Amino acid sequence: MTANTIELMHKGLTRIQGPLLFVKNVSGVGLYESVEVMASDGRQRVGRVVSVDQDNVVVEVFQGVDGLSLSETRLRFLGQPIMLDVGKGMLGRVFNGIGKPLDGGPRVSAEVRLPIQGNAINPVRRMVPKEFIETGISSIDIMNSLVRGQKLPIFSGSGLSHDQLASQVARFARLRGGEAEQFAVVFAAIGVTFDTAERFRREMDEYGALERIALFLNLASDPSTERLLTPRVALTAAEYLAYKEGRHVLVVLTDMTNYCEALREVSSSHDEIPSRKGYPGYMYSDLSTIYERAGRIIGRDGSVTQLPILSMPNDDITHPIPDLSGYITEGQVVLDRDLDRRGIFPPVKLLPSLSRLMNEGIGKGLTDPDHPILALQLYAAYAQAHRLRLLSSVVGEEGLSSADRLILRFGDAMEQKFIHQGGERRTLEESMDIGWQLLAELPDEALLRLSEDQLDRQIRGRRHAR
Amino acid sequence: MSTAEVYWINGPVIRARAHGVFRMKEAVLVGDDRLAGEVIRLSPDAVTIQVFEDTTALMPGAVVEGTGLGLAVELGPGLLGQLFDGIQRPLKVIAETHGDFVGVGQSAPGIDRERLWPYVPTLAEGDRVNGGEALGEVQETPELVHRVLVPADVKGKITWMAPAGDYNVEAPLARILDSAGEEHEIPMLRRRAIRSPRPVARRLTPGQPLLTGQRILDTLFPIGKGGAGEMPGGFGTGKTVLQQTIAKWCDADVIIYIGCGERGNEMASILREFPELDDPRTGRKLMERTVVIANTSNMPVAAREASIYTGITLAEFMRDQGFHVALVADSISRWAEALREIGGRLEELPAEEGYPAYLPTRLAEFFERAGRVETLGGLEASVTVIGAVSPPGGDFSEPVTAHARRFTKCFWALDKERAQARFYPAIHPLQSYSGYVDDVARWWQDRGGMHWQDRRARVLTMLEQQARLEKMAKIVGRDALPAEQRLILVCADVITETLLSQSAFSENDRYCTPEKQLAMLELLDQFMDLAEEAVTAGADPDAFYALPVMRKVQRAGDDVANDDLDAIKDIGREMDEAFAGMTRAGTRESA
Repeated sequence: MTANTIELMHKGLTRIQGPLLFVKNVSGVGLYESVEVMASDGRQRVGRVVSVDQDNVVVEVFQGVDGLSLSETRLRFLGQPIMLDVGKGMLGRVFNGIGKPLDGGPRVSAEVRLPIQGNAINPVRRMVPKEFIETGISSIDIMNSLVRGQKLPIFSGSGLSHDQLASQVARFARLRGGEAEQFAVVFAAIGVTFDTAERFRREMDEYGALERIALFLNLASDPSTERLLTPRVALTAAEYLAYKEGRHVLVVLTDMTNYCEALREVSSSHDEIPSRKGYPGYMYSDLSTIYERAGRIIGRDGSVTQLPILSMPNDDITHPIPDLSGYITEGQVVLDRDLDRRGIFPPVKLLPSLSRLMNEGIGKGLTDPDHPILALQLYAAYAQAHRLRLLSSVVGEEGLSSADRLILRFGDAMEQKFIHQGGERRTLEESMDIGWQLLAELPDEALLRLSEDQLDRQIRGRRHAR
Repeated sequence: MSTAEVYWINGPVIRARAHGVFRMKEAVLVGDDRLAGEVIRLSPDAVTIQVFEDTTALMPGAVVEGTGLGLAVELGPGLLGQLFDGIQRPLKVIAETHGDFVGVGQSAPGIDRERLWPYVPTLAEGDRVNGGEALGEVQETPELVHRVLVPADVKGKITWMAPAGDYNVEAPLARILDSAGEEHEIPMLRRRAIRSPRPVARRLTPGQPLLTGQRILDTLFPIGKGGAGEMPGGFGTGKTVLQQTIAKWCDADVIIYIGCGERGNEMASILREFPELDDPRTGRKLMERTVVIANTSNMPVAAREASIYTGITLAEFMRDQGFHVALVADSISRWAEALREIGGRLEELPAEEGYPAYLPTRLAEFFERAGRVETLGGLEASVTVIGAVSPPGGDFSEPVTAHARRFTKCFWALDKERAQARFYPAIHPLQSYSGYVDDVARWWQDRGGMHWQDRRARVLTMLEQQARLEKMAKIVGRDALPAEQRLILVCADVITETLLSQSAFSENDRYCTPEKQLAMLELLDQFMDLAEEAVTAGADPDAFYALPVMRKVQRAGDDVANDDLDAIKDIGREMDEAFAGMTRAGTRESA
């Protein structure tokens, strides 16, 4: 396909509606082809073809339509989907939401041009993610373990400390016993404030990791439709770093809620039939083309691990955004306002949190043979404490048996000693030890998940030590 | 063949001007990349087509080629152990020829043309045959003998028969002369339309359970061979793990696992695990009896819609050879969403939640393809369908969950609260049900479970009463309940831990034989008898928890191996003594 420039006079552009341009008398244009849109002021914007008819084309403009006129707008159809130039020297740089340098530095040497939409990894070429990443955070390492190639979102709420948690993971994360080898961080700001992006950059800087990070910024003030491109641009860069340069890339996408809002905005401008809460019916499929780009491929060195952040509107986990995300991602780390208020950091709400790939990455030969059973028993006891808490809020603690009161105390200790850790980095062994200590406070009959042998090795000794 | 010219493109839906005749549901090829598509609407001036591949870069003017055939799959030996996408492209072959990513226009035949199969005829020249009868056999895997059948619509006299030997799937194996004087050449390879069910001689009702090795399913909510079941659950409730568990351990001959709009890494884990795990019945590797259909969420949406039909057609093909097939679909909701997306692009008037009004009809058609049958060849065989449903927000009143319920007889409701406590399988015993209990009760009785139905009912009653009493305990406090009521709470707790909890990762517990299930049910029955007696004699039910034997009862699933059922008897004896000791102590006290 050759690029054909068509200068459109007032006859061509017939209508501008929301982010959509309706163009007449164009032929030889393919679906999802990228388009350069130039206003009379010479400012260039990126668009793409979303619908084609015999000689009518609808173009979606990603960077706002302010200042466009019917008569003076020129369009250039590029004959290819939207591409990103990738090459050496992307790390340490700051780009805008469509991958143009923002830091005054030179353009990236375009070794390869890749379509930002990406392609689905053939399932038979996927390597099962099982390399445990030690994040240094007990509630993740022990209870919701992260592995390379996983997509594990943080479900948060406005004003909670998800950004600090993401930055802590980005700084602390390493393979056990491994050196900090070929790792890199790609940070995509999707409609967040300048502050958020800058704080992340600064924290990485203080940690001396700035030359390992690439930032893609679509800030709150940037056009909302551009948000549809930013995660894809960032992931395209990440895939280059992973599969061409062999790095283990952690991609932080914040905030996916803003992405979904933009999707809804664009969808309604297409007059599409909305599904739940006005979000388009294809939001699941659309989100999956972002999240499913996490993975490891057989025979390639690098990996793409995703840590998307999304703020649950009104803290509601059943809202379509967290709900559809949760059906695609491999678990979720849920943050809780109550814990946050009580000064517990990170405020990870354990019960609804989950890592689906955990069992692939932990246990004998991977972390510790007793790691899986420790997590199960901690979960079982903590869930029981949670139930008893509800019960005691009605009948009072006196209405509980002494065995139940022990469990209740275990629940409190779990939050104060295990979940809460401030800015401290804990090794897996340190986290496990805290877990066993807490369980040792409970009697045998409350520890049904543990075998006699496990009680002997891990619990009874710790009771005697007291 | 007819052709048409594309003039309108909207995502996976295109319209073209026809030159020649197109039929509804005809398979077509679109553009230079020959993308697979299917005719879904006809009007005087337009053929509307859904395209099963990415339509990026497709232009008006592209040529559509009709095939004259319905959307079909290829059938023959060599399906087992394969991984296909939603329209039966062999993903292993595609990875070898096209690399790590799935792209546009990549295709390869579903059945390998080169491979030779050892064929042995079972009929001879001169024999008269009917459709569905076996002509000969192929040892497809060490456990499974593939039967080469006479096509359903052919009957007559065998005029020529290939001798035993190695043949590829296209080689003719027999010629049959029908009464109209037409001669049919029969190879192993078949092409069959996926949208309509394959014929059978007679439909039967399920009579034996599909054993899954999961106590809460087999003992409490059994599904019959040939039954249909629905498994709804919000995200994170363990649907996929349970689906995979069933696919691993159920006692079907062939498993069709459909990953419909789900995660790529899950498919990878099946591909890694199944070739390593042993089938508990045959000792062969699980992958040898499994076909995986993977249309992950980021693969084209129209192919996702086709994937469940591809799967069930494969299932029927294996069933017609006389096998018991279990089809596990994860998830039906993603298929329904694909219907909704295509419907939206066709500007159809939406019904509930934006789903097209024909959603219930399509669900009914799909689930009705499950069943126990007598095949045309006179064999007893079955297709069992188990569909996971992913209700938005975990709300079971949404259309897909609610409609699927109308056409299935097993309802396995996954419960968020249990899943959050990492209590697996997280099936809620009060929200779930099975309509096959009476059908399979006889089978359990024949296995020595004379009291199976009564004991099962007793367990469910306890759980039902527990729910009621817990509400009361929340208001007045557990201590305020009389001993008989606290006894029910204790019994229900013990049942929950012993019978309902089952570890998928424990060597002993991941698969529980029917014999062990019966033994554990009996153990619980004994416990309830002893506990009731003790409470009547004045014991405090909450004291039972501290009896050392109760840890053994509740850990029996995990601690006792399937072939060591004496150990359960030992626990029973120990429990007798413990309770006798308690009663003696109680009597002394009151004296």
